Amino acid sequence: MEIGLNHYLVLSAILFAIGLIGVMRRKNLLMLFFATEILLNSVNISFAAISHYYGDLTGQMFAFFVIAIAASEVAVGLGLLIVWHKSHNNIDLEQMSTMRG
Amino acid sequence: MELFLYVALFSPLVGSLFAALFTAKPKTIITGIIPSTLLVVSFLSSSVLLGHVLSTGESVHVELMTWISTGHLHIPFGFVVDQVSVTMMMVVTIVSSVVHVYAIGYMDHDKGFNRFFAWLSAFVFSMLILVMSDNYAGLFIGWEGVGLCSWGLIGFWFHKESASWAANEAFIMNRIADLGMLIGIFLVYWNTGTLQYDGAFEAFKTLDNSTLTMIGIFLFIGAMGKSAQFPLHTWLADAMEGPTPVSALIHAATMVTAGVYLVVRSNELYSLIPDVGLFIASLGTFVAMFAASMALVNRDIKRVIAYSTLSQLGYMFAAAGLGAYWVALFHLMAHAFFKALLFLGAGNVMHAMDSELDPFKMGGLGKVMKGSMIMMTLASVALAGLFPLAGFFSKDVILEAAFAEHHFIIYTVLLLTAGLTAFYSFRIIALIFHGEERYKLFGFHPHEAYKFMLVAMSPLLILAVIAGAFRTTFFSMVEEILSATEYHIHSHVTFWMMTIGTQLFVILAIAYAYKKYMSRDIKLPDGTSDMENSFKYKLLINQYYIPYFYENYLVKPYRGLSKVFWKEIDQKVVDASVDGIAKVIYTTGDTTRAMQSGNLSTMLKWMVTGIVVLLSLAVVFGLAARHSDGLRVVLSGLGV
Amino acid sequence: MFEAIAFYLFAFLTIVMFFITVTTAQALYALTSLAAGMIFISAFFFILGADFLGAVQIVVYSGAVMALYAFGMMFFDTTRDVKEKKGNSLIIFGLSTLAAFLVVVIFVAPMVTDNITAFYPIIEGVGNTQEVGVVLFTKYLIPFEVAAVMLLVAMVAGIVLAGKKMDLSLTEMSDAEIRDMREEKNKKVLS
Repeated sequence: MEIGLNHYLVLSAILFAIGLIGVMRRKNLLMLFFATEILLNSVNISFAAISHYYGDLTGQMFAFFVIAIAASEVAVGLGLLIVWHKSHNNIDLEQMSTMRG
Repeated sequence: MELFLYVALFSPLVGSLFAALFTAKPKTIITGIIPSTLLVVSFLSSSVLLGHVLSTGESVHVELMTWISTGHLHIPFGFVVDQVSVTMMMVVTIVSSVVHVYAIGYMDHDKGFNRFFAWLSAFVFSMLILVMSDNYAGLFIGWEGVGLCSWGLIGFWFHKESASWAANEAFIMNRIADLGMLIGIFLVYWNTGTLQYDGAFEAFKTLDNSTLTMIGIFLFIGAMGKSAQFPLHTWLADAMEGPTPVSALIHAATMVTAGVYLVVRSNELYSLIPDVGLFIASLGTFVAMFAASMALVNRDIKRVIAYSTLSQLGYMFAAAGLGAYWVALFHLMAHAFFKALLFLGAGNVMHAMDSELDPFKMGGLGKVMKGSMIMMTLASVALAGLFPLAGFFSKDVILEAAFAEHHFIIYTVLLLTAGLTAFYSFRIIALIFHGEERYKLFGFHPHEAYKFMLVAMSPLLILAVIAGAFRTTFFSMVEEILSATEYHIHSHVTFWMMTIGTQLFVILAIAYAYKKYMSRDIKLPDGTSDMENSFKYKLLINQYYIPYFYENYLVKPYRGLSKVFWKEIDQKVVDASVDGIAKVIYTTGDTTRAMQSGNLSTMLKWMVTGIVVLLSLAVVFGLAARHSDGLRVVLSGLGV
Repeated sequence: MFEAIAFYLFAFLTIVMFFITVTTAQALYALTSLAAGMIFISAFFFILGADFLGAVQIVVYSGAVMALYAFGMMFFDTTRDVKEKKGNSLIIFGLSTLAAFLVVVIFVAPMVTDNITAFYPIIEGVGNTQEVGVVLFTKYLIPFEVAAVMLLVAMVAGIVLAGKKMDLSLTEMSDAEIRDMREEKNKKVLS
């Protein structure tokens, strides 16, 4: 049974859907970060798979940059999260409603 | 020569702008002097141009710049000084120079002194554009410009209800006529592809008769409005609400003759359609009689002169309609001089009588106002057409033309009108200057106008007296571009009989007027005498009930209709739909405000929804692009 | 055959791990399953021949990022559950599935038909790491450097944000001191 590009894309899509579910469902900010990681990784799989099946390294390059961005995001995001937790003593999304118009 | 052309054209504009700078400031004499000086400059430049045209017989044609150039439509700001337009320029600049100087004295005590000169000079500029333009579009600009300035000047004393009403009436009446004019211009462009006079006239020769008739009629509708011909005549008498110098300049000498100028300018068109010409002549004759009859009884000296203007315009149209374009233009010129003089004289009387206009309250003013009396009397003689003053030469030729063309009905009516003209002119002269000094009963203290005002009027007086002498020169000048027909009655006996007969008739009318109105028992009419209760008098004093007719059968139904449209269509359809759109947006905002709950989780959900929508759009467009050929087939099959 | 078995195995494992991550109430479970999922993803990279990427995935994600999360969690009271209000899960699943489906459609659609030529073809017989190195340091040098700077900036930001008042230790402070500090902070927040 040959594993083709479509298999990887479908897998990537499934993971992406799981990530979206996490993003929409979780109220814990930390979990939200985890869900974002899942989203990014699902995309990375697509990149690597496309790179492989088309014999083109560009996809891998993009995956690298995505990883770099994910790392920075985690660093800054966690910092903000800690600041928030320090001042409000919670990391509940429902409590963050200062953006109410 | 081009320099003189530009100087003549633009110095009134400069004067107007200069005066306009001071409109918010209290009166300064300088705003009167500078525009007047600039007008004299304009007059001198026009004279140079006249000399040039007279000596070389060539016209000066310049193109200032391109105005509109799109597709096949090319309209430049072009100006032409030929025999016709130079005549008009001379008339306009002479009369307006005189009126400007006169107005310095007349408007002496008016708060709007500076504003007055701004408007007046702007009017002269517009009028010069009108007469000098070398195409119909430029003529139309001037046409509208004089209309606007006329509106501003009739309503100069806008705090008076009647003045602003009269201004609006004049403007709206002209607007109605301008629609006809515009349609005429559109037809010219539609059929000839150009608006330049030369090109259009050339192309008219190849057009069929019905098209030309349409063009001629629609252009003439515009002329009817501006020259206050029946049935659009009511505004002219009401326009007398404006200051008297305005009446003299705009509503006697220049603007109202623009209609005649249009017909004369388009002579090549009207020569091709003699039927329309006959209609114009008949209408002119009718108006001449009609207006003169209203002037017989009116008790407002300015209105009498206004009706007389109307009547004289009728004469001009009669001449133009009969193909005697040069006669019309000549009468226009002569009329401008003596009518402006008459108006300015009336202005002096008004000034002396504290704006009282009823001649029955005057009488015997000749003793205190000798200068004005002489001027007005001479102007009236000229108007009546007595030898050897200007009116004789111009008016007599119109009669001769009518006779020579064998339009005897027109001839007879015009002859009768000449008698009426003489009668009503001398009726007011007699009432104002002769007879018992009735003004003393009303406590007026009349005084003669300023010396310089009389001096300013003197050029007009001289021209009114001697203009007839230019007839031969004028004829030889304009025959270059107007059909040169000398009207000769073939039999000498008939000619002399006609001339002398006319003169005798006119003199009799004058004598009758003097006899009737110089008598000592003229009393202020109080509505009790038999004459005043007669049907004829009522008909005439009420202007044949035409204003009532307009008010009751045109204005009121229109107002009612407007009200219905306002209530039923504007409020219920237009307003409702606009409000509806606003309401939809407002409600949408109100209901979707919940989306902005500030809850990050909700926002994320909406964000995902947005992503899904965008992705679906991407898919749809991608598919559409891929299968565009197929889609096109399907759509074309559906008839899209 | 081996490839297929490996693919399905790891696919199953990854999906399960990530599913646990998004559904579990325990933060620690979520973290652990996420880390496991990351490692399983690296397996795909190895299958696909992107050895270097796989290694980076393990090092950066399972090593750095997960460690960062683990440290971060020390600041929070992870034992206390954040109350998860269950929304309409049908909408959530529907939207996610639809989005995923559309993404697949978009990616698959042009690739089935269009003929794409490779800009940087994989050269036979040369190691993946070497190829990646060549491309990264020639064509993508500037983005690479920019990414490096970005990481530096992120690091500084993380330290600055998280590092405030690191010198204070709640465990060593008396209750009164803590109360004072809280009040002061509240004032600051309120003002």
